Amino acid sequence: MIPLSSIQRTAEDLMAKAAIEIPEDHLAGLRQCANTEKGDLSAFVIKAMLENYEAAKEDRRAMCGDTGLPRWYVKIGNDARSEGGPVALEAALRRATARATANVPLRPNRVHPLWRTDHNNNVGINAPEIEYAFHPDADWIELTTVHKGGLFGTDYRMLFPGDGIEGIKRFYLDTLIGFGKRGLACQPAIVGIGLGGSKDTSMVLGKQASCLRTVGSRNPDPKIAALEEEFKELGNSIGMGAMGFVGSSMVIDCHIEVGYCHTGGMPMSVHMFCLSSRRACARVTADGRASFRTDPMWFTDYMRRDTVDWERQAAEAAE
Amino acid sequence: MPDLRTVHLTLPARTEDLRKLEIGSVAYLTGRLFTGREGVYKRAVEDGAGMPADRAALGSANFHCSPAATINPDGSYKVGAVTATASFRFAKWLDGFFKISGCNMIIGKGGMTSATYREFFVPNNAVYLTTVGYGTGALLGRGIKHVAGVYWLEELGLAQAVWVLDVENFGPFLVESDLQANSLFERENAKIAPGLEKFYAGTRPATLRRYGETDDKTEEVI
Repeated sequence: MIPLSSIQRTAEDLMAKAAIEIPEDHLAGLRQCANTEKGDLSAFVIKAMLENYEAAKEDRRAMCGDTGLPRWYVKIGNDARSEGGPVALEAALRRATARATANVPLRPNRVHPLWRTDHNNNVGINAPEIEYAFHPDADWIELTTVHKGGLFGTDYRMLFPGDGIEGIKRFYLDTLIGFGKRGLACQPAIVGIGLGGSKDTSMVLGKQASCLRTVGSRNPDPKIAALEEEFKELGNSIGMGAMGFVGSSMVIDCHIEVGYCHTGGMPMSVHMFCLSSRRACARVTADGRASFRTDPMWFTDYMRRDTVDWERQAAEAAE
Repeated sequence: MPDLRTVHLTLPARTEDLRKLEIGSVAYLTGRLFTGREGVYKRAVEDGAGMPADRAALGSANFHCSPAATINPDGSYKVGAVTATASFRFAKWLDGFFKISGCNMIIGKGGMTSATYREFFVPNNAVYLTTVGYGTGALLGRGIKHVAGVYWLEELGLAQAVWVLDVENFGPFLVESDLQANSLFERENAKIAPGLEKFYAGTRPATLRRYGETDDKTEEVI
């Protein structure tokens, strides 16, 4: 049984880590941009960002004043049991969000969409988002928090099979250029593309691709992996850099995730996880201990399975 | 490392100092400024409430942002990081805002159009500085020396309230507009846009069109 106190304590620590400490994979990707950037203004921006990450860590203050929309991804091992069940787990995550908002501090960005009511704690109706996934043969719970900016860099479009790869490429360029001008997307960014699924799944997959995969990771389908490389290259060759200044730093990496969709359609979403790509993850085990990391390892073979049953499990059971 | 010109400005900024600014220069600020988001602009200009305090109390530089901050039980403030929000949304209130605030400097994210600079900024001898990144929140947080006051906290909440900040070597910023209404972003966009067409070679518009969109990559979308 995983103690509830461990879940809440870990969740509070994760909120602070995400807000303050830039993940290593993202930092390495940005340093690569810094090494290749020829545009003087774009290079200046990247250098300032690298200094900013240091300042954030030294001072233990949030790296960006817009601490985004804090949210949760929870992966539950098939054999995991947590004290109080899922309702208590959700309550702990909401409490941790509220407490961290005051303690880090985070900006209380969450308001009612119409009445603009602000509880000053980033908690409200349907907020923070908590998404769930499962993992076979495990008794731990993994918590990931992502603080992604909430306004720019994302678009959705229903494409059709006839639009093909060229249609996908065009919508990708449109989104990059539209949000890249004046740097509204806070690039260079980790670009996530969701292809297929139903409309909402397309959005969810694209967001997860940008926020939950690490820089340098590739989709296991070699043809999709090649497309990721091609799109990264393409994004960095349009002549636009940080803040929309002349340069070559648009895309730190490009990640594509797919889901089976309606036979007549090809829905697509594009998401840009900004210069302050804030994510932090921890595995909490039954003894209440937490081990922290920055790679959520969200997309597993199990998550991407395309069969009716989880065949690996079936195969293992048969042995 | 790129060699950009750097200037240090004291607030309130004098017109003669603003006249010397060149777009693309790096700027650091020392003095007093106040924050404002949509709630502030709407309340001050559209709802007719006017400014929450006089110019001496607020300063004459307005920062489109609100800090990641909290109010301690003893009434003191804990300010962590501060980062700008996109400024184009404020254009509709600017005329009235300049009149009642007497501001001559706007700091924010992404700038506004040169048409806005010509129409509203230049007549008020005002310039626009953009934050860098846009995520240098921790560096900017270091430059805040003192919270001189918070207004409209009850009316607008923590994230929309007017925060008056005394700052020192607060930056970096980039000079986005000058007193001739030139825009750094538009200059850069004009350099990039002509090269974009070739990347679209072989693609064609989506089968299902949308109303109201543009395919002209020289156009601003703000």
